[in-house]
Amino acid sequence: MFESLSQKLGNVFGKLRGKGSLSENDVMAVSREIRVALLEADVALPVVKEFIESIKAKAIGQNVIKGINPGQQVIKIVHDALVEMLGSTTQDLRFGAPPSAYLMVGLQGSGKTTSTAKIAKLLSEKHAKKVLMASLDVYRPAAQEQLKQLGEQTGIATLSIIEGQKPLEITQRALETARKEGYDVVMLDTAGRLSIDTELMAEVSAIQKMAKPVETILVADAMTGQDAVNTAKAFDEQVGLTGIMLTRVDGDARGGAAMSMKAVTGKPIKLLGMGEKWSEIETFHPERIAGRILGMGDIVSLVERAAETVNTQDAMKMAEKFKKGQFDFNDLLAQMQQMQKMGGMGAMMKMLPGLSGMASQIEAAGLDDSILKRQEAIISSMTLHERENPDTLNASRKKRIAAGSGTSVQDVNKLYKQLQQMQTMMKRMKKMGAGKMMGMMKNMMGGKADELELMAKSMDPDGLGADMAGLGDMSSGLGPNPFAGKGNPFGGKADLASLLSKGKK
Amino acid sequence: MVFWRKKNNASEQEREEREDKIIHHPREPALEVSTENDSPSEKEPSFETEADILDDLESSPVPHHRPLEDAKEAEELSDHSEEGGWLSRLTKGLSKSTGRISSGIGDLLTKAKLDQDALDRLEEVLIEADLGPKTAAKVIEQFAQGRFGKDIDEQEIREALAETIAAILQPVARPLVIKKPENGPMVILVCGVNGAGKTTTIGKLAHSYKFGPENHIAPQSVMIAAGDTFRAAAVEQLEIWAKRTGSPLVKKDIGADAASVAFEASARARKEGTDILLIDTAGRLQNKANLMEELGKIVRVLKKQDESQPHEVLLVLDSTTGQNAFSQVEIFKEMVNVTGLIVTKLDGSAKGGVLVGLADQFGLPVYAIGVGEAVEDMQPFNAKEYARSLLGLGH
Repeated sequence: MFESLSQKLGNVFGKLRGKGSLSENDVMAVSREIRVALLEADVALPVVKEFIESIKAKAIGQNVIKGINPGQQVIKIVHDALVEMLGSTTQDLRFGAPPSAYLMVGLQGSGKTTSTAKIAKLLSEKHAKKVLMASLDVYRPAAQEQLKQLGEQTGIATLSIIEGQKPLEITQRALETARKEGYDVVMLDTAGRLSIDTELMAEVSAIQKMAKPVETILVADAMTGQDAVNTAKAFDEQVGLTGIMLTRVDGDARGGAAMSMKAVTGKPIKLLGMGEKWSEIETFHPERIAGRILGMGDIVSLVERAAETVNTQDAMKMAEKFKKGQFDFNDLLAQMQQMQKMGGMGAMMKMLPGLSGMASQIEAAGLDDSILKRQEAIISSMTLHERENPDTLNASRKKRIAAGSGTSVQDVNKLYKQLQQMQTMMKRMKKMGAGKMMGMMKNMMGGKADELELMAKSMDPDGLGADMAGLGDMSSGLGPNPFAGKGNPFGGKADLASLLSKGKK
Repeated sequence: MVFWRKKNNASEQEREEREDKIIHHPREPALEVSTENDSPSEKEPSFETEADILDDLESSPVPHHRPLEDAKEAEELSDHSEEGGWLSRLTKGLSKSTGRISSGIGDLLTKAKLDQDALDRLEEVLIEADLGPKTAAKVIEQFAQGRFGKDIDEQEIREALAETIAAILQPVARPLVIKKPENGPMVILVCGVNGAGKTTTIGKLAHSYKFGPENHIAPQSVMIAAGDTFRAAAVEQLEIWAKRTGSPLVKKDIGADAASVAFEASARARKEGTDILLIDTAGRLQNKANLMEELGKIVRVLKKQDESQPHEVLLVLDSTTGQNAFSQVEIFKEMVNVTGLIVTKLDGSAKGGVLVGLADQFGLPVYAIGVGEAVEDMQPFNAKEYARSLLGLGH
């Protein structure tokens, strides 16, 4: 979501790179660029002004720390200001004496119903809560039916639908049912309403008074423009928000609405909707998001996701093999599957520093995970012996494999070649800088290698390497690394193996 | 810079624009800003002018939005909404923003010289209406030409700015022309991101074609295809709209292939001699390659029925959307050759100013706007009225 903003700020900082000291003009140049970048990212104008003011107040007159690139120094200032603005700590969902009511409010089409189901699922799975969902949307056709179906899909209980009941009546029934049947949480999914619709705003206010929710969550679309401030403010004034859930963060919107709404209401962004699957909901970590905004990547998320999906023993085994350069089709297959588990290529790259910009290019070029699937099919058509001993592949075996996987011999050859390149790559892995990750990815994806190469060439020459190196510098020069939280597993000479083993903790 | 210039190479244009000085704040310490318009006394060291901006914070238009004011405003406007159709609705919705815009402009000018300060604040007013920094700068630049330094009062400023904006929007204010091919239905595919309002839009379209007095067309027979086979209760939702408008609905179970729904609907519409076939699709974010591919498949499959199908591909845009609308239009257009836009939720406090930039960059017609949840709350897009409403002017 914040990729484009990262790129923009990246351009600004690129200009500052290599300067010896931080002049007033540097700060000016940065603040101008940040203004445009933030506005294009849909951060509301008053918020942009406030932000720039804080940046300038902090940057001007500050002594340039010796040995630190002035660009990095500004990055740190901007980063800190961003974190401050986004809310400097993560806010967890709260619970009261059961049943706790959760009230979901927002504009039409912001994603309230889907988010209701996602939160309910999260509460029941991660917090072991017994959750009841009730739809108070009597206006939009089939809205109640939608929540009912989502309840069936997620296995969360929903309040039975009684035709003709008013939202307040449904609220009362939901609360009573929750009390009688021992639910921990009752989620009230309200109808979408415009913040200027006084009648419906009064209605939601009445619901709020009756339900006395412990959480009143504004569901807002990450694509929202300048109006985010009006909406957030109006809802906050009417029902007293306790938090915000930002949806469609998996889109390519720059998500400035997050900053706007936080700034104008002071209410924390608690959750992010990251996709159409139930599990695609994440807690909001300002540090990480600020890191993403600054193009530093979201390493913490990547490591966490790796930790969730990578088995330690597998990782150790893999690491051993990497070191020795023994890498057969089984390993390749395991790696592909892991990658898919971690959300696919695009999702991974978005989280890697400096590569976030590429993710969109790759998606645009159609380099999606279907290539991985095809390659998986090829490997699946090999015998166990062939997988362990790639060198035994001869012409007739290749023909058989191609027929078995519905591909061509050329495809099989390509995969074989990739494996060979990867074996060499693995041997060099230790010495490998991040820049060469590109090469590896190119190999993994076969097909459109040329396009990727072009992409690599078109990238900012000191982009990747410098970003990486910059991160390293920062942590040594400015004390605790402000970006990654727990150091940078990719910095300097880190290798994939160490990432994988670090992952499981 | 010529405002209307278009280039085929979008990325080149974008890069050029990025480098273009007009995207910067007008009062940046300029390397190349022309000095002809600046009176010498206004020249100050650059950092001071930047600091001025911060000093201006207090007086600059900051959105105020209180329920009490809303209520008052709604009351004032309630008479209008009784007497007239969509215009008053639009005015009512837009008045939230125009209230701010008006007071912003009112503050800054009563018959005074149009100077850089005034232009800066006008630009900010446009930015707050979601025009985006680039488009706002362009519009202001165009607007300032020939007016800079002249005495001008508030009314004149609004009129002139409305004209400037209307001129940009005029070429895209075109209605959807209904023309049924001889050998089958006119097929209209409706797409967009999640929650944009596709299904409601289809209900309204079905209503207007069936009963069509607003568009001055003869009543048409309409069929609806439930192509959103993904979202829970999407089919049920459309079913209710189909019933309300008395249109037959072609549907399959959830999880079915959307393309096959479209294909069968197209065949059935041809067989039954239906005039218009409206095809709903699941909401999809434009950066999801596989979902966009699915949409492409719907189009390919329709072309197997008849090469000319779909005759129209509508992209439904939520007016609360900010600058991401550019990405939406660009990618949907590339994937399924969007032929026109429908802008929804214009009865809210958002005013969809991004339309101005979209008109400039893509030139896609804005076929209609959505101004409410009722079946008749869809109206043609009128550039002049929209621009004037945006600036708080009467009609």
